[in-house]
Amino acid sequence: MLINQFLFLGAILFCIGVYGVLARRNLVLVLMSIELILNAVNINLVAFGAMWHATDPANLSGQVFALFVIAVAAAEVGVGLALVLMIYRNRQSIDADDVDLLKG
Amino acid sequence: MNLLDKVWIVPAIMATSFLLILFFGKRAGTKATAAIGIAAVSICLVFSVVVAGQWINRVNHPPTGAALAADIKQANGLTPQTPNEVGSEVNAATTDSGETVATGDAQPSTEAQATTESQATTESQATTESQSTAAEGEHETVPPVVRTVTWFEIGPIHFEAGTLLDGLAAMMLVTVCIISLLVHIYSTEYLHGDERFTHYYAFLSLFTASMLFYVLSSNTLQMLVGWELVGVCSFALIGHWWEEKKNTDAALKAFLTNRVGDMGLIIGVVITFFAAGATSFNVLHINEYALSGGANTTLLLVGALCLFGGVTSKSGQFPLHTWLPDAMAGPTPVSALIHAATMVVAGVYLIARLYAVFFQGLGIGSSSLHYVAFIGGFTTIMGGALAFVQTDLKKVLAYSTISQLGYMVMALGVGAWTAGVFHLFTHAFFKACLFLGAGSVSHACHHTFDMREMGGLRKHMKVTHITFLVATLALAGIVPLAGFWSKDEILAGAAQGQGGGAYTLMLVFGLITAFMTAAYMGRAYWMTFWGEYRGHGTPHESPKVITVPLAILASCAVVFGFLNFPTNFFGLEIPKGLTVRFEHYVQPTFAFPAVQAIDFRPVIAIISTLLAGAGLAAAYIYYERNKGPHGLTGRNRAARAGYTFLENKYYLDTLYTDIIAADTKGPLARAAYWFNQNVLDGIVDGAASVSKKVSVFVYRDVDQLVVDGVVNGTGLVSEESGQFLRRMQTGKVQQYAAILFAGVVVLAGVLVFVV
Repeated sequence: MLINQFLFLGAILFCIGVYGVLARRNLVLVLMSIELILNAVNINLVAFGAMWHATDPANLSGQVFALFVIAVAAAEVGVGLALVLMIYRNRQSIDADDVDLLKG
Repeated sequence: MNLLDKVWIVPAIMATSFLLILFFGKRAGTKATAAIGIAAVSICLVFSVVVAGQWINRVNHPPTGAALAADIKQANGLTPQTPNEVGSEVNAATTDSGETVATGDAQPSTEAQATTESQATTESQATTESQSTAAEGEHETVPPVVRTVTWFEIGPIHFEAGTLLDGLAAMMLVTVCIISLLVHIYSTEYLHGDERFTHYYAFLSLFTASMLFYVLSSNTLQMLVGWELVGVCSFALIGHWWEEKKNTDAALKAFLTNRVGDMGLIIGVVITFFAAGATSFNVLHINEYALSGGANTTLLLVGALCLFGGVTSKSGQFPLHTWLPDAMAGPTPVSALIHAATMVVAGVYLIARLYAVFFQGLGIGSSSLHYVAFIGGFTTIMGGALAFVQTDLKKVLAYSTISQLGYMVMALGVGAWTAGVFHLFTHAFFKACLFLGAGSVSHACHHTFDMREMGGLRKHMKVTHITFLVATLALAGIVPLAGFWSKDEILAGAAQGQGGGAYTLMLVFGLITAFMTAAYMGRAYWMTFWGEYRGHGTPHESPKVITVPLAILASCAVVFGFLNFPTNFFGLEIPKGLTVRFEHYVQPTFAFPAVQAIDFRPVIAIISTLLAGAGLAAAYIYYERNKGPHGLTGRNRAARAGYTFLENKYYLDTLYTDIIAADTKGPLARAAYWFNQNVLDGIVDGAASVSKKVSVFVYRDVDQLVVDGVVNGTGLVSEESGQFLRRMQTGKVQQYAAILFAGVVVLAGVLVFVV
């Protein structure tokens, strides 16, 4: 089984995610882009996990690790959206460029 | 229980008493203060008497064998000796004197190695020689009891501190304690109501402690400490009534005059230390060295003369005696204790203690005239002559003390060791009695000591009169009172000499003094106690607290002369166990030069007694019968000149203050001023200008340029870098994330392509 398609897909998703994180102004979209990065990683994990599973049926660590990442991502989104909500309530804006209180 | 090695307790008791009085005396009140002092001295006296008894027992049953060896080892401190050597030494010593002593039988293991002749060190040989000649068939080697602890260490040398107890020290212990106790008791009345009563008792205790410490010292360094301590106490007590300038002047004079002699003492201690191998200050070690054949006689002579400088000041010898009469400014009991009976004999004690140094250094055994004997003899005449022109009763006694101290020094100078020390012993009692008697008289006559305001006191003060008379006769040397025996022994010693012929000049000095002593004491006695009362008010007898010590001292003055009863007193048959007991028990037998015993000389005894009688008679005729050449000083120019000369104390005080001090202080001050202006100020100014230049350099170049540059530079760099870094911190999360990502990419590139 070839896994380069999976890896290719993962790489594209990762790049889109990084672009979204660095370039989007909307904080919600930044969070969504982080989700994309995490899912790109998940694809890689599952792909390598399936590859190892073919030779060693007892080995499921890739898939298990992907499940962990999904669970943690859900928690991350919860915290992140709460932060965004609080920023919005305080400043009536969710533009990332407006949040620059730490400017030197 | 053997107390001989625990004598350190005695000064310790007195020191404790001093501290108790010092810290609690004021609060406890005068009665408690006196009680503390008297109790402490009483304990010391009991202890001293027991110690003296144990010493007598030790002489009667001298240690032998291993015990003797251990004692000698302990006594020397440094001389390495095995029991065998000691055994052979004792054997050699006692074979000569016809007695046998068990040698080191107790050590069979070491006995095997014994080579009886060759092992003995030079010291022990010297001891043996002196032993065999001095033995007189009765003495055996009785080493002193020495107990030491290490005081301090310099390199490999251990300097020890400890107690040395022999007959001489035990005798001094008893003497000091008896007189100190009586003075303590006497002072409760004499100093009654005094403002500084506790201060006085504290210093009495400290003085007694220091004096006991001094006489028990095992080394010269420790003696020096005790010597200075008694000096300080003397200073404080002379100036007890410091409200009057006269008294503080006297205290200062005493202290400073003593300082002159103390320099000699310190140098002498150092010289003897280095002469004896620079390993120990131990008295016995120095004595043994002086007696050994290898001793450097010149060094010993210089050492002895330097030590004699200390004796000159402390024991009031010519020409440093001038402080002693002035010291009478202190309270009378102090004069009795310190300036008559105990402290002033510290110098005599020093000669007696380091007798080997003096004996060998001055060649006492082979000469008929030398410095120490001459100064002693000269002082005794000089002091006696001055006593005639004094109108102050205490000053008469003070000059008498100088004269008698000269007698002791002369005795030691002519080799009559026992006679000198015996005179020290007897003199302490009758002179203390005279001083306390004078105090009692003054107590009755409204605190004056002027004999012109006394007279006829025998009717009013019976006990004081009788005791004063007894002590006067004892001092004059009338049979059979104490002074007769000791003075006669000194004269016999001067007549006999020590193998180098008679000390004829000293004998003449001594005989003249015998006459003078009787005459001036007779003058004082008749002026005070006979005739009509010339003062104010009615004199009254002193209370018992004063008269009982007088009675005790007077009885001592009667009895103690018999302690050294001569063997051949006009052919009188006395059991051998009763004669020359003092010599038997007090004269050292260890590390001691070979002095010959002094024989009683009937001719000299008769002459001196006749002279003393003549002196008393002359005083009686002149002052009581009012006959003789009265008003001679008014008629005869020579007599007047002599009187003026004596009245001005040979102009010695004038010489010291007006000539030596005055002439040196001017040039000295000018020299000091010049030195100050030119040298010291130059140094100071130079130092100041140099430091100013240095400061300017430091300020301008170091501080302003370097230090400030560094500080400012640090600030500037921080600011600049801050300004630069400030631009990086935009506060924009995404920019940070971009940098983070760039960093990750770089790291990934490194990991992939480099590692």
